[in-house]
Amino acid sequence: MTAVTTATLTVNGTDRAFEGDPRRSLLDFLRLDLQLTGTKKGCDHGQCGACTVLVDGRRINSCLSLAIMHDGQQITTIEGIGTPEAPSALQSAFVCHDGFQCGYCTPGQIVSATAMVAELEWGWASDAGHDVADAPLFTEEEIRERMSGNLCRCGAYPNIVAAIRSTMDDPA
Amino acid sequence: MKAFAYARAAALADAQSVREGARIIAGGTNLLDLMKLEVETPDQLMDINHLPLSGIDAHGEGLAIGALVTNSDCAADLRVRHDYPLLAQAILAGASPQLRNKATTGGNLCQRTRCTYFTDTTQRCNKRAPGSGCGAQGGYTRLHAILGASDACIATYPGDMAVALAALDAQIVVEGVAGERMVAARDFHRLPADHPEQDNVLQPGDVITGVRLPAPAGGRHIYRKIRDRSSYAFALVSVAAIVTMANGRMDRVRIAFGGLAHKPWHDPEVEAALVGQVPDPALFDRAADILLRDAQGQGSNDFKIPLVRRALIATLIEATSNAPTGA
Amino acid sequence: MFGMYNKPDTDNFLDTTAQGLIGAPLDRPEGKLKVTGTACYAAEYVLPDCVEGAFVLAPISAGTVKWIDRASIAGMPGVLGVFADDAMLRRAAQGTAGKAPAQGVQTVDYFGQPVALVVAETFEQAVAAANALQIEYAATDPVQLDFDPEAETTPVVDAREDSAVDQGDLDQAMRDAIHSVDVTYRTEAHAAAAMEPHAAMAEWNDDHLTLRGSYQMIGHNVAELADSLGISEKNVRILAPYVGGGFGSKLGISYEAVAAAIAARELARPVRVVLSRQQVFRAVMRRSETRQHIRLAADAEGRLTGIGHEALTSNLPDEDFAEPVTQATDFLYRGEHRRLAVKRAKIARTPAGSVRAPGEAVGMQALEAAMDELAERVGLDPVELRLRNIPERHPSSGTPYSSRMLAQALEEGARSFGWDRRKPQPCARREGDWWIGMGMASAARVNMMMPAKARVTLTPQGGLVVESDQTDIGTGSYAILGQIAGETLGIPIDHVSVRLGDSALPTGAGSGGSFGAISTGSAVLSASRAIRKTLASRLGCRTDELVLRDGHAAGGNRSASIADLVGEEALVETGRIKPGKTAMQYTQASYGAFFAEVAVNVWTGETRVRRMTGAFGFGRVLNAKTARSQCLGGMVWCIGSALTEELAFDRRDGHLANPDLAEYHVPVHRDVPDLDVILLEERDPAASPLQAKGVGELGICGGAGAICNAIYNACGVRVRSFPMTLDKIIEHLPDPLAN
Repeated sequence: MTAVTTATLTVNGTDRAFEGDPRRSLLDFLRLDLQLTGTKKGCDHGQCGACTVLVDGRRINSCLSLAIMHDGQQITTIEGIGTPEAPSALQSAFVCHDGFQCGYCTPGQIVSATAMVAELEWGWASDAGHDVADAPLFTEEEIRERMSGNLCRCGAYPNIVAAIRSTMDDPA
Repeated sequence: MKAFAYARAAALADAQSVREGARIIAGGTNLLDLMKLEVETPDQLMDINHLPLSGIDAHGEGLAIGALVTNSDCAADLRVRHDYPLLAQAILAGASPQLRNKATTGGNLCQRTRCTYFTDTTQRCNKRAPGSGCGAQGGYTRLHAILGASDACIATYPGDMAVALAALDAQIVVEGVAGERMVAARDFHRLPADHPEQDNVLQPGDVITGVRLPAPAGGRHIYRKIRDRSSYAFALVSVAAIVTMANGRMDRVRIAFGGLAHKPWHDPEVEAALVGQVPDPALFDRAADILLRDAQGQGSNDFKIPLVRRALIATLIEATSNAPTGA
Repeated sequence: MFGMYNKPDTDNFLDTTAQGLIGAPLDRPEGKLKVTGTACYAAEYVLPDCVEGAFVLAPISAGTVKWIDRASIAGMPGVLGVFADDAMLRRAAQGTAGKAPAQGVQTVDYFGQPVALVVAETFEQAVAAANALQIEYAATDPVQLDFDPEAETTPVVDAREDSAVDQGDLDQAMRDAIHSVDVTYRTEAHAAAAMEPHAAMAEWNDDHLTLRGSYQMIGHNVAELADSLGISEKNVRILAPYVGGGFGSKLGISYEAVAAAIAARELARPVRVVLSRQQVFRAVMRRSETRQHIRLAADAEGRLTGIGHEALTSNLPDEDFAEPVTQATDFLYRGEHRRLAVKRAKIARTPAGSVRAPGEAVGMQALEAAMDELAERVGLDPVELRLRNIPERHPSSGTPYSSRMLAQALEEGARSFGWDRRKPQPCARREGDWWIGMGMASAARVNMMMPAKARVTLTPQGGLVVESDQTDIGTGSYAILGQIAGETLGIPIDHVSVRLGDSALPTGAGSGGSFGAISTGSAVLSASRAIRKTLASRLGCRTDELVLRDGHAAGGNRSASIADLVGEEALVETGRIKPGKTAMQYTQASYGAFFAEVAVNVWTGETRVRRMTGAFGFGRVLNAKTARSQCLGGMVWCIGSALTEELAFDRRDGHLANPDLAEYHVPVHRDVPDLDVILLEERDPAASPLQAKGVGELGICGGAGAICNAIYNACGVRVRSFPMTLDKIIEHLPDPLAN
């Protein structure tokens, strides 16, 4: 086998080169090498969702992936979703509905919710209780099940659901 | 995590040629988790994500699911949702959306146990370090086996998808050094016996290339997962059931169980006790007697015995009646 | 102004001001930073040449480190050093310690204690080397590994003797009682599990240490860190502007801060140390498990004549902290015969300390479950039982209550929840495969003030700057401190900025015990009122006729812009407050009531909370949005405490068997239904000059009891052991097929 030590990732629209220790997780590449610290490390084992990013539009736990495995892929982090000056509708809704307290799980919640809205639009099923063969319903139970990969120890869950719900009612 | 060299497989042969001490990586959600804990310490990783194994295609009257199809894509596929809803339900009951976007069909089959004595390198574990003993026995065994355990190991297989595949009587497609072969999903995982380090029947040089589902057989599909919180938790017990009714009797019954053993549990005698019978809770209870005839708790998992009995009865009542139930 | 708070402030000043900020549900000013990932947490600073540290934890429960084989990792790439200094911490400091905790990592007191720090150029190198480091231990027999109250071998000592109560004759009262309850409840150990793991970045500049850390009380933490390192407090600066959750786990200085500082000094480079999630579980303060013996004696009408609440908790042999389980039982209900006591078992497990609402969090849920049992015996509605037992004065000391909204919370909560639809008999309501039941509980949490200072600056441009080392751990400090200053000085909120979490700023109360807002907030009020006085004098009117709004001052037929009154030099005041006589002269607490509806699966015993209402009175509401969020969060913790949370220690070697977020089950989104929070309007002049009380913990104090009672009402199974996992329910369920 030929060892590979480099990769080029497109992060928030910009090509970024990775080179070096293949142990580096995508999460640590973002946080330590690119200084994109909006993506959080809460558990490093895929058990909390704080590190959620989009890879080619799909949400994953960036802690359970290696940077080197993402050659040629598009990575979107919370910094690519919006900025303090130009936040996304969902980011604004989180502020308005107080969908966070300490703020540490928040970027992961928002990136995850951004993808969740897309998954609903794609018609993906969930475990929320109705027939998997049917198109999903946009109920709060659906949102809760589909967001259950993102822990919030402050317990902002009801406000997070309200924030997400508010942007789904008003997709603008 | 121990240092390793990383390579990308350009062809299946690259994956098959990995030597001892190396690991194939697909989604990596389980392997990297265990590498961080140094439970897995490969010196090489062969990334197979670029192999053309991510299709879901018709295959005869059934369906062929590539090994690299993500759990999300499998559960989102309309053919799976319509013809094999059990499989979609089971996948969706597992992990989180983020993990399902990464986890693959082949990788999920190779998911290792959640026994915390296995994942904690300060503890004894015959699966991680053969011959070191089983730390779990006499310890914290909430997630552990009540069927098929051995003196060497009481761990359970933690996944959901494979339980559905066992009920569906799917085949695992394995490409080995001697060519392609089929392994029944029900036979893919092993019981621990004296070699708990072997989770399944894969041999060196084997690569899972896909899963074949038989022709759809209709019936009522129910995957009932019972866990310690309402989502994002491993099964204490799960029941995967497919029941077809004819003339008020159970015509075809397929049942597999998760959380009970080192493998998805399938007991033909349980099915045989039900086929041709009129649904009746007392009959379901007798089927549970058969299922549990050799069950043995470990102390803190004794509750699994009444739990799986009751879960089986409830699932069969639901599967054989038209009235939907729900909270 | 203020200083010692010796006399209730009945002027209710904040009801006379005009800006309209106090209580308003304003967005958090730091919100946009948090939702865009631009708020900087402890481990996220970019420091040139920074290197990474990783801890090694002990794989034994007691003993000593005999030998560290440094050569075993010397050849590994990037390794810079192994640190096992005498000054390194063996455990974190308890809250408000203000001095070094146990030091010296050659001694091992519990399984999972840090014993060495490995530093390397990169994170991956450091972790790999820490895993590879060979250490020889000499294990000794630990005192006791298991929390087994029945075991004769468990060494048990009296704890919290100052709060023990032995009044009247409870045994006789139990014999004389028409109705009584004599039960024992158990709770398991809990983890705070803040989402941000403990982290520190240490940087030396000559003999000055700057530590970016994740801590709740940095005034105390500076003293603890300086003492640990043997240096002057003047040479230590801690920065913690954003803290990713604490819940008590970050009250005291912790392993990572001291180790990072020692390594950084030795290596002359900045060092970052972040605990892994597993290390957080193993080494960071847990909430003790408890066994609670509760006795309730009542007359024919359900009036309590006696209360007994005797609890056993645990901690390391030489840790004095004992979960103050009976804290609210002391004052909540009547009954002249009383016995309250807390004992502490000495066991070798992860140290125990404060986790959100120490005491009430687990004491109230057991007491309120026992009260439900009493209500059933008496044949009385559980709400009515509580109403009948609200005492006139403190049942032991006779001190008056400050303000108390317990009755209002019970009544308003019951009305809003629809409590009258509850059927008193268990198993009376079934929907499909689910038993449905309702339960309720009172909420109570002591109110505390701590010494605090804050600086307020009114700039020549008419802007306001509020500064304190107070932390915001998600509680809303940034929001409410700005609102207090803006309200007092008539400055619109967008002209107010708040700087927190820097030990160079005046020392606030810190975040803990729900005292941050009222203590530091009172200091901000004090400073703001001092500036107000200056403005009145410059305008030429009496302070009490001064009206400040939207940057304008008016009073005594004069008016001016506030900026003009300030002139060229900013007005700067530092406000101070300390607890005084009001703390002794009044029984002060926040109160509320919980109402829960649960569904229990008729087959499996799985329990889901379907809806939950909390009604809370905690004095003046400073920000209705952030206060509501605090209550919501507490109620989510109630669900976890009720149904899922339990640290599982192996009884044989004392290791934690579920040290991660996959197996220690904090509630997920789907566990939490929509929660209804009712904020009751209240003023408490004895509690603080703000007439506000603490709210950060009230929402967790009792709600798990409401869920316990709802489970009983649903399916008739009375679970006296939290968490109420399905294994404790399933075998007691009624036949699902019986009609």
